[in-house]
Amino acid sequence: MMPVFLEAKNLTVAVAGKTVCRDWNFVIKRGECWGMLGPNGAGKTTLLHTLAGLRAPQAGTIYLEDQPLSTLSRRHIAQCVGVLFQHSQDPFPSTVQETVLIGRHPYLTAWRWEGEEDRRQARDALAQMELVDMAIRQVETLSGGERQRLAIAALLTQNPQLFLLDEPTNHLDLHHQILVMNLLVQHIRHARKALLMVLHDVNMVMRYCDHVVLLVGDGNILYGTTDEMLTRENLENLYKHPVHCIEAQGRRIFVAE
Amino acid sequence: MTPRVTLIGLLLLSGISLLSALALGSITVHWRDLWAVLQGEQGLYRNLVVDLRLPRAMAAFATGGMLALAGALMQVLLRNPLADPYILGISGGAAVGALSSMLIGASGVWFTGSAFGGALLSMLLVFTLARGRGSWTSTRLLLTGVVIAAGWGAVISFILAISPDTHLRGMLFWLMGDLSHAQNPGTAWMVLLMGAILCLPLAHQLNALSRGELQASALGVAVKPLRLQVYVLASLLTAVAVTLAGSIGFVGLIVPHLLRLVIGNDQRILLPAAVLLGGSLLTVADTVARTIVAPQQLPVGVITALLGVPVFLYLLQRGHR
Repeated sequence: MMPVFLEAKNLTVAVAGKTVCRDWNFVIKRGECWGMLGPNGAGKTTLLHTLAGLRAPQAGTIYLEDQPLSTLSRRHIAQCVGVLFQHSQDPFPSTVQETVLIGRHPYLTAWRWEGEEDRRQARDALAQMELVDMAIRQVETLSGGERQRLAIAALLTQNPQLFLLDEPTNHLDLHHQILVMNLLVQHIRHARKALLMVLHDVNMVMRYCDHVVLLVGDGNILYGTTDEMLTRENLENLYKHPVHCIEAQGRRIFVAE
Repeated sequence: MTPRVTLIGLLLLSGISLLSALALGSITVHWRDLWAVLQGEQGLYRNLVVDLRLPRAMAAFATGGMLALAGALMQVLLRNPLADPYILGISGGAAVGALSSMLIGASGVWFTGSAFGGALLSMLLVFTLARGRGSWTSTRLLLTGVVIAAGWGAVISFILAISPDTHLRGMLFWLMGDLSHAQNPGTAWMVLLMGAILCLPLAHQLNALSRGELQASALGVAVKPLRLQVYVLASLLTAVAVTLAGSIGFVGLIVPHLLRLVIGNDQRILLPAAVLLGGSLLTVADTVARTIVAPQQLPVGVITALLGVPVFLYLLQRGHR
């Protein structure tokens, strides 16, 4: 049994008068890859931000390795939990190199600047995301997909134990979707870290996640292993849309009608 | 450019600007005479250099440094490249205080006190109103500040309209920014040094904050206390600068941008560099303002804009690093 990394007890989260989850108990263990699915506006991002400690829940407590999140410093949390946001805004110009190095922020202090080791980690992350040639480019000259890879590179540089990702495959082409997913999932399993990601591609969840959270709406949440949860009935109920299930190469593939 | 080279270059520039401020003016002092005076030699120029030009040059440097630092902080705090130290109405509050005391003929400590009081009043007003019942967002803070500033603008126009003609010239000079009354730079230097010392440990957190509040929070920054500290620091720097020399435009907006175009947006270098470049720019501008039409003097705000605009446009045209 792997140790529990993140635990939510009696969690109630609401946003704009809508309940996302009610009295929910949830556990992420090391080595697990969780997917989160739900229709638009179900509160996936809100729930992700709550688990990251970026907004307070209406009720309940979140524990990071048995410590209540609200008692930990932001700096400590940032060394353990990394978040990939759906949108990034940069009002000021910045190069790719500077942007990826910001991932080292949780490890810096007022008088300790990035050292050679920090730079090496940043270079490695850029290489993993196939961005090395762009290190001195201005971020504003990058395409949407390149920016997404840059944000993931910054997150790898941050080197957290738990990755909370909001639509990590956004803007990515086919090759880079698979590259990012393979890399993250292997990294999680190999380094015994943990991951929870919001996705809209059901087949991506089927392929890469061992567990899944379904935000059905009205505070109802289904969660469990991918095998049990990702059925035709559950998906039709989730999206209110007819779905077909095909078996291919030993995997279930879902196609919307 | 490495940080060290940049800062050494700017330190040299600061030295040169201060020395030329001592040498130039309605009477030019040869550098040999200047050296002799600085060595402590009594002579013809001692009175001119030490008693008249030195305090004014020091006041100009401190004012420029405070404005540029406050501008750099406001731009990150509001995450708006167009922000300057005056955008939240602090200079408007100070101007209403200063002009009212000119109108009733008060001077000296009453004048300084009412200008500084006006600035503080404006700072508290914006902070309280922007906060409302919840926490403040950058947009709400910006809008509240801009509206309060517009309110002060109306009061300033009202005071100008009812003032007798004899007061108008002095009032307009103050509004444009004028260092001729700034003879006591000690306080300004203390505030500038304290401001710089308090900002520098925050600089790496400001790097994260400039990427957005959520992002900064996820990177380990306690955003709310940081924003409060930066707001108070930037406001106090502005209040002292405006009290000392009126609303000198342009330095606080343009200096941080000039530096961003050349050295990038790392606040750990940008903030100290802004102090040095802002100080140098205002010292040079003030020297020019009291030299080109000597013995007449121009308001220094005119010169900062005339010097700053072409330099900025050139750097912008040249493109990014």
